[in-house]
Amino acid sequence: MSVTEPHPASLLEVTGLTKSFGGVVANRDIAFAVRPGELVGVIGPNGAGKSTLFDLITGFTRPDAGQVRLDGHDVTGLRPDRICRLGLGRTFQKLRPFHDMTALENVMIGAFLHTADVAEARAVAIDALAKVGLADRAAAHARGLSTGQRKRLELARALATRPRLLLLDEVTGGVDPGAIPGLVALVRELHGRGLALIVIEHNMRVIMDIAQRVLALQLGEVIADGPPAEIMRDRRVIDAYLGEAWRA
Amino acid sequence: MRRALALVLLLAVLVFPLIFVRPFPRHIMIMIFLYGSLATAWNILAGYCGQISLGHAVYFGIGAYTSTLLVRDAALTPWLGMLFGAALAVVVSQAIGYPVFRLRGHYFAIATIGFGEIVQTIVLNWDWIGGARGLFVPIKRPDSLLNFQFHESKAVYYYIALGLLALALGATRWIERSRRGYYFRAIKEDQDAAASLGVQVAREKQAAMAVSAALTALGGTFWAQYVLFIDPESVFPLSLSILICLVAVMGGVGSLWGPLLGAAVLVPLSEGTRVLLGGTGKALDLVIYGALIMLIAVFQPAGLIGLVRQLARRPTLTAGARAQRESAA
Amino acid sequence: MGFVYALVAAGLSLIFGLMELVNFAHGEFLMLAMYVAFFAWSLGRLDPIVGAPVAAVALGGVGWLTYHGLIRRVLAAPMLAQIFATFGLAVFLRSSAQFAFGADFLTIKDPWLAGRVSLGGLFIGLPQIVASLAALGAFLGLHLFLSRSETGLALSATAQDRQAASLMGIDTQRMFALGWVIGGVCVGVAGALLAMFFYIYPDVGGPFALLAYVTVALGGFGNVPGTLAAGVVVGLVEALAGLLIPPAFKYSVVFGLYLVVVLWRPQGLFGRF
Repeated sequence: MSVTEPHPASLLEVTGLTKSFGGVVANRDIAFAVRPGELVGVIGPNGAGKSTLFDLITGFTRPDAGQVRLDGHDVTGLRPDRICRLGLGRTFQKLRPFHDMTALENVMIGAFLHTADVAEARAVAIDALAKVGLADRAAAHARGLSTGQRKRLELARALATRPRLLLLDEVTGGVDPGAIPGLVALVRELHGRGLALIVIEHNMRVIMDIAQRVLALQLGEVIADGPPAEIMRDRRVIDAYLGEAWRA
Repeated sequence: MRRALALVLLLAVLVFPLIFVRPFPRHIMIMIFLYGSLATAWNILAGYCGQISLGHAVYFGIGAYTSTLLVRDAALTPWLGMLFGAALAVVVSQAIGYPVFRLRGHYFAIATIGFGEIVQTIVLNWDWIGGARGLFVPIKRPDSLLNFQFHESKAVYYYIALGLLALALGATRWIERSRRGYYFRAIKEDQDAAASLGVQVAREKQAAMAVSAALTALGGTFWAQYVLFIDPESVFPLSLSILICLVAVMGGVGSLWGPLLGAAVLVPLSEGTRVLLGGTGKALDLVIYGALIMLIAVFQPAGLIGLVRQLARRPTLTAGARAQRESAA
Repeated sequence: MGFVYALVAAGLSLIFGLMELVNFAHGEFLMLAMYVAFFAWSLGRLDPIVGAPVAAVALGGVGWLTYHGLIRRVLAAPMLAQIFATFGLAVFLRSSAQFAFGADFLTIKDPWLAGRVSLGGLFIGLPQIVASLAALGAFLGLHLFLSRSETGLALSATAQDRQAASLMGIDTQRMFALGWVIGGVCVGVAGALLAMFFYIYPDVGGPFALLAYVTVALGGFGNVPGTLAAGVVVGLVEALAGLLIPPAFKYSVVFGLYLVVVLWRPQGLFGRF
């Protein structure tokens, strides 16, 4: 396991992050850093603790031990809304749209972070919806959207908060395979504009495609941290997760 | 077409006391306005923000008692007393909200019931403010706006109540269209997701609570000046909290006009049963209420407004969508 | 008395564990049970002890009716609707009782058990003691049922994981209905016992409901054995509070306890949630 030294230019720094739930260790001593504009992929079998890691970083759960630093400031255990305001956004694996509100209204909630004016928020929201390709569904109620559309909606919503670092939890999970390239292109475009991203993914092709660095988790621990090509060849990762077919 | 209808309705409401000069019809309308504004106030917290408070009578009582005590001991005009009442209600609401908003759903509801009971018990046992005997509002003659007492006719009360209702509706409408309104609805749907988008959930809830409490307290002062006698049993009881909640639910929570519609249906119903059945009427109308709540919960959680919309075969618009459509027009 | 609270709370806890629904009408169920016991006594000359099974059956029926008539339809509804459903039921029952029976306080006179017993200097009413023991017995019976009998185990399984249980072939609808029936039965027994020495009137359900909520919260929502210990604690707190401060504030203290529990240890002392 490679140990990342605290890097003065890091956007996000995680050290010694540990969390147990009633005897089950979900995250143990996780440490890594993300630089501004970097796209880091996170892989690992189910139960490896990936979503828990996101919860810990974004303040949804308090860690038992460890630290989360954003821009050098300690943000460990702060409330989620604080962390969002500091520039960290996230999407959820189990989608959580506001069902009774339209897509536009959903995104406006995110937009309202930076403005109190309704008209302005609406403009920002329309813009964000356009960016994710949902402009034509703006007036539709969130509960009427398909999974792929809901994924985009959550993305647009988080984007409207103008994060500097966005945590995407399984953005291609449950999405119709034909829609995946579109989503990937979207993520790549966002990255191209300077957004730093941490992306949890099961789809290896997607990871290989966009990630600059990959973190492999297993049973709550980081077992590898490096460029995708290297990770794919790492013995421990293969044994834990990828299986023979990936030995290239 | 709708505009014309609305105008006619408004006109009818304004000239009502001029046409109906007997006290009873005026009284009914006054009660409709009062319950309408109480329910609308409750709706802000419960309908829009999703926090079901079952102890709202607390603020009603605070409003009533504060202004009455100030009239009695400081000879202060009830209008100022009203403001103090509202201010105190806000303070108490924040104090209650602080622990209670950490709770969700059922737990929250139970906690609000509990606080309501505690306050009622305190007042019942506090002799300086009247205890169980209650307080009489010192009668001042002649009728005067300053003293907020009118013995000759109910007409002025009518317009004041109408004003109160307009205030409550106006506040609701204003919130509905503001950022806060959107935040409330998001919190109601999924407060964790809202937090992940930067919404300061606790603060928003407290804000909703404050507005709601203040408006309710104003109603309390009105009541005190209207009936000129208050006691814990009439202004603090759980049954009043239930009633407020029922009126709003019946009409339609989360909508602007729902609570008023609920009041317009329930108040005449209640008065009607009381007139028809005399003493036992008190229990019977609650029986009907209970049955109504259950029916609404099962069949039409959107309340009468939902029913109206379905009948008019218009698509059910969310409050926000309607605001959106209207401001786009 | 704590045992009686525990019995009342057990039903509440079970229902919550099964379907995450707080029955706001539980106090009114208790009230109904007391009235049933009263009428069994006044019309059928049945002493409350004998009337207890009658009340149990009656309330079991009420529970079943409530489930099928009301609860089943709001299971999928938003929580608001669920709260209102049971809340509406509570209002309906309470005012129906007032309408049908009047607001007068009723008592059962000359029950078989009367008089007081001295326990080391403390005078305790005999009915109270019997009620406690009977409640304890009923509670243990419930516990045995839940942990030993096949139906009982099925019930517990459903409470723990609804989907897994249904995958195993357990009919969740029947389990839910059963939960309500049992809740009714518990309350029925408790009500009959209480009728021996409590005044009976339409609003009597209120304070008991509050005590039940606190007991359930303390014992952990969904944790039936926990409610026994919790019931004892609540009973003690209530008794102490009654001694130390003006009785009017007794319930405020109990409610304060509820707040403390729910804010500091939402899982209760032994809870799962």
